Amino acid sequence: MAAGTQTAEPAAGTPAPAPVPGPPAVSVEAVSRIYADSGRPDRSVRALAEVSLRAGPGEVLAVVGPSGCGKTTLLELICGLQEPDGGAVRCAPAALMPQRDLLLPWLNAVDNAALAPRIAGMRRAAARERAGALFAELGLAGFEAARPHELSGGMRQRVAFVRTLLAGKPVLCLDEPFGALDAITRAEMQSWLARALRREPRTVVLVTHDVEEAVLLADRVAVLSPRPGRVRAELAVELPRPRARTDAAVVALRERALRALGLGA
Amino acid sequence: MRRHLGYTLRCARRVLPAFLVALGALGVWELYVDLGGVNSALLPAPHEIATELWRNGALLWTNFAITAEEVVLGLLLALVGGFLLGVAIHLSPLLRRGIYPHAVGSQAVPIAVISPLLVFWWGFGVFPKLFVIALICFFPVVVTTVDALAAVDPEQLKLLRTFDASRWQVFRFAELPAAMPAAISGARIALAVGVIGAYIAETSTATTGPYAGLGREIVTDLNVLATARAYAAATVLFAFAVACFYALTLAERRLVPQTNPPRGARP
Repeated sequence: MAAGTQTAEPAAGTPAPAPVPGPPAVSVEAVSRIYADSGRPDRSVRALAEVSLRAGPGEVLAVVGPSGCGKTTLLELICGLQEPDGGAVRCAPAALMPQRDLLLPWLNAVDNAALAPRIAGMRRAAARERAGALFAELGLAGFEAARPHELSGGMRQRVAFVRTLLAGKPVLCLDEPFGALDAITRAEMQSWLARALRREPRTVVLVTHDVEEAVLLADRVAVLSPRPGRVRAELAVELPRPRARTDAAVVALRERALRALGLGA
Repeated sequence: MRRHLGYTLRCARRVLPAFLVALGALGVWELYVDLGGVNSALLPAPHEIATELWRNGALLWTNFAITAEEVVLGLLLALVGGFLLGVAIHLSPLLRRGIYPHAVGSQAVPIAVISPLLVFWWGFGVFPKLFVIALICFFPVVVTTVDALAAVDPEQLKLLRTFDASRWQVFRFAELPAAMPAAISGARIALAVGVIGAYIAETSTATTGPYAGLGREIVTDLNVLATARAYAAATVLFAFAVACFYALTLAERRLVPQTNPPRGARP
């Protein structure tokens, strides 16, 4: 299925793409990032140290690592919100789904999801229509008029994800999208996201501290070390979808990733 | 019929506490004056004030109309001007540095110092008064607007940047609606100050003609020891301030129906 999504993703707008695999949608090469405390060099923090990662078009790359290993920094570099202090980030336009849903409390769900098209200049009715279509497709029908505070945490993340999709960028950067949810909701959301990505295939960089989530959702898992983050291991997840967390292959990969994190039993 | 009764009861429950407080205060006041605690030229008893209210209805109404016009127009000026200035200060660091300190300082200017100039510019009409009211009232609007615009979640702004939002769009989609509730709180403070602002405006600027608003009326009455009538005029001002305040509360429900969810609603 992963192969299927890759062939179904010709670089948008380019006529007759060459049969050779295109350049990676995301390419992070030997990137370092240092948060300097001006005047106090002893206090500057090295967030990332020579991190190199690639994600091909349509690929789902999961990045796992302990808290504070620079995962969020990595996503902000990919989205162009920060500049690296060393190395190079080459990347198709990317949309960020932040850790917190950041839905605007004065807009209802569908208008929140339609924020990016509105900013791109689309009329309210047309933007609503586009968001509404995705709502129906992704199991959010009936929640269009709800305000964020009326939605559960899981529903809010779904709306936030639809908002990210509607940004119309080929790359999605998901920053611990389910980190704040309880275990049961998180499991539901993981299957939901897997389904959503099958319907709306994109290149995804998924940052998470949940190894199982990474193995369930990703084509490849990169394991980062504690700060400063470096790539410790890269595991290919060549398993058919949908995957169950109880599959022997999933469990085995999870063990490998945990060992790479230094948490192996 | 039954529903109507329920509605009446709910309204009564809302108004009752304020009504009881007023009743209690008036009772104590009446007893204090009647039992000879104070000369009624200094503090008239409530029943004397009520009599004056009744007897001078036409006079008070005419003066009230003048004062109400000043308050409404002056406040409008203050709200619009204060909000626009707050937005401008938020958008331009240069304006913040250049204007904000002077806006603060403007609150310390004694009106009597500038009122001759205002009269020189604009004569005996309504404009000097509007200026004074606006000067007194615009400041809380500026401060609350500036602070609320600056308090918008930086993560939110970052998100909008990933959607390639322009500065104007960031303002229009995130900052402005997020700042509305606080700006309206500023407007509330301005409203409460607006009525006393009208008093200051009327008493510090010149006027011609027999009717010059409730503030003038109060000063004139006090000069001729018609204290009860002065209190009657003050009562009208009091009621007007309360009415303005609640009118804005009603308007707020229309203006910001979205009002931010109750804090703590996030799980």
